[in-house]
Amino acid sequence: MASPPPAARALRRRGSLAPYGFLGPAALLFTLFFALPIGFAVYLSLRAVKVKGLGLGSHARTEVWAGLSNYTSALSDSELLSGSGRVLLYGALLVPTMLGAALFFALLLDVPRVRFGAFSRLVIFLPYAVPGIVASTLWGFLYLPQVSPGYYLLTQAGMSGPDLLHGGGLYLAMANIAVWGGTGFNMIVIYTSLRALPAELYEAARLDGCSELQIALRVKIPLVAPSLVLTFFFSMIATLQVFAEPMTLKPLTNSMSSTWSPLMKVYRDAFVQGNVYSAAATSVVIAAATLLLSFGFLKLVNKRTNGGS
Amino acid sequence: MSTTTAPAPRRTAPALPRKGSAAAPRRTAWTPTLLLLLGAVYCLVPVVWVVTAATKSRQELFTTFTYAPGSGFWDNLAELSSYRGGVYWQWMANSALYAGAGALLSAAVSGVTGYALAKYRFRGRSTVFNVLLAGVLMPPITLAVPQYLLMSKAGLADSYWSVLLPSVLSPYGIYLSRIYAEAAIPDEVVEAARVDGAREWRLFRSVALPMMVPGLVTVFLFQFVAIWNNFLLPYIMLGDDHKFPVTVGLYSLLQQGANEPALYTLVITGALLSVLPLIALFLGMQRYWRVDLLSGAVKS
Repeated sequence: MASPPPAARALRRRGSLAPYGFLGPAALLFTLFFALPIGFAVYLSLRAVKVKGLGLGSHARTEVWAGLSNYTSALSDSELLSGSGRVLLYGALLVPTMLGAALFFALLLDVPRVRFGAFSRLVIFLPYAVPGIVASTLWGFLYLPQVSPGYYLLTQAGMSGPDLLHGGGLYLAMANIAVWGGTGFNMIVIYTSLRALPAELYEAARLDGCSELQIALRVKIPLVAPSLVLTFFFSMIATLQVFAEPMTLKPLTNSMSSTWSPLMKVYRDAFVQGNVYSAAATSVVIAAATLLLSFGFLKLVNKRTNGGS
Repeated sequence: MSTTTAPAPRRTAPALPRKGSAAAPRRTAWTPTLLLLLGAVYCLVPVVWVVTAATKSRQELFTTFTYAPGSGFWDNLAELSSYRGGVYWQWMANSALYAGAGALLSAAVSGVTGYALAKYRFRGRSTVFNVLLAGVLMPPITLAVPQYLLMSKAGLADSYWSVLLPSVLSPYGIYLSRIYAEAAIPDEVVEAARVDGAREWRLFRSVALPMMVPGLVTVFLFQFVAIWNNFLLPYIMLGDDHKFPVTVGLYSLLQQGANEPALYTLVITGALLSVLPLIALFLGMQRYWRVDLLSGAVKS
């Protein structure tokens, strides 16, 4: 992140209540739509329904305290575990590819005397405007051998294309959709921080006879490292939360189970199987894992940057 | 939209003496140019496909060459418009409502919050910022399931409010607004206004806010796209398909298409039309996507 402004010193002197007033709307919304639901999820995760007799009649189903039993069953659930494994594999394919491409394109855009830079930037950014549902629908059709131009070309050349909708190919199919959708956005974030670097930095390097490649590798990349960390962080979070894309591909292939990603499992538990208690426990576990991973990552980054310099 | 946007500042200040590069001939750097164009072609593959596929009739869809245009666009459009009494256009209108109203409110809340976090030092400032940012980390499902249950208790599930309200608070928007306020509002200006005796709210309204407009337009655009593209929240909240946004609507069409392939042409035409508003927003408001505004503004 950019270094904090040296000032705001003067503003502190007025120890007024103004900033708290400005924060009011956000605090209210946060309470209602973040804190309260999270608290409620935790509460639900500790509850269960007890069915009396045949479960008929209005008083046959009662909510009782369940202690940690929802958690023990969530954590020992093999579907959650294998779903997490699938998402990790998908993320391992996706995140390095996407961020590598984003950094690459951002550096290219920042090269002096590039033509059609504005056009390329806009077009590479364009998929960001396409909803995940639509992106997956489009790619889903393009993965079908009878539609895809890639398959068409391969058949003309006498070869057969890989099956992208079954088995291991599904990971490639999924990762490609996300790379397509996310590269442009991350490219813009990195490009913005490249543009924010003072031009004098390169002038000196250029006068010393550095090539553009050397400038990119030795000056630009280290200086945009904070925005790389930021994009990596957000990509990681987004990966863990993948939902719309596998939901959309599901009708096109029988390799996609209804619990392919952990979020899909929560959805199924809550709304298909009607067990909000177990769904709440699972979603709390996912949230805790996300937080743990995030803070672990941030701590690692801080340690690195503090220890390094 | 306001017109107070300053012309984009050039990063390379002309004041600097630039002996070496200024004298260099202005040759085009072809390798980077071509690589970028290659990236652009990859990004256009599905876009061009959906444009051509939407012109194909049901018979042509799976039989003609992928990028060969068909003859059925107007029939597809008419069929989509008449599908279940024009419900598709209802979905589009709903998306516009959710995204437009949600993003407007979101930009307002983000602006005032980001300003407070950037320009005041007060007790709990970093805690507030960290707690708000932690909101980004919450898996949407962890929020959406209890939000749905709470909304049901309040009698608001399956209503416009149930999708609109949870979309207003945007940790990312607050983050962006804070960065923007830090960069775009010089403390000297704020101090000068304060010496003039401006009260804090008036100071924000008449001094800080105008300076933040370009940043807030950016927040609006990001949030508009985020809400327009959101699937999970409306999918969980809504049951009545007349309140669906276009993402959930298209998904329901696609689900039916699995059993009724005749619907595929409608899905494809609908997918194409659903991205046109966002693309128009991008092209029409390009100058607000000039994120290089974020730098330069206060560089002295």
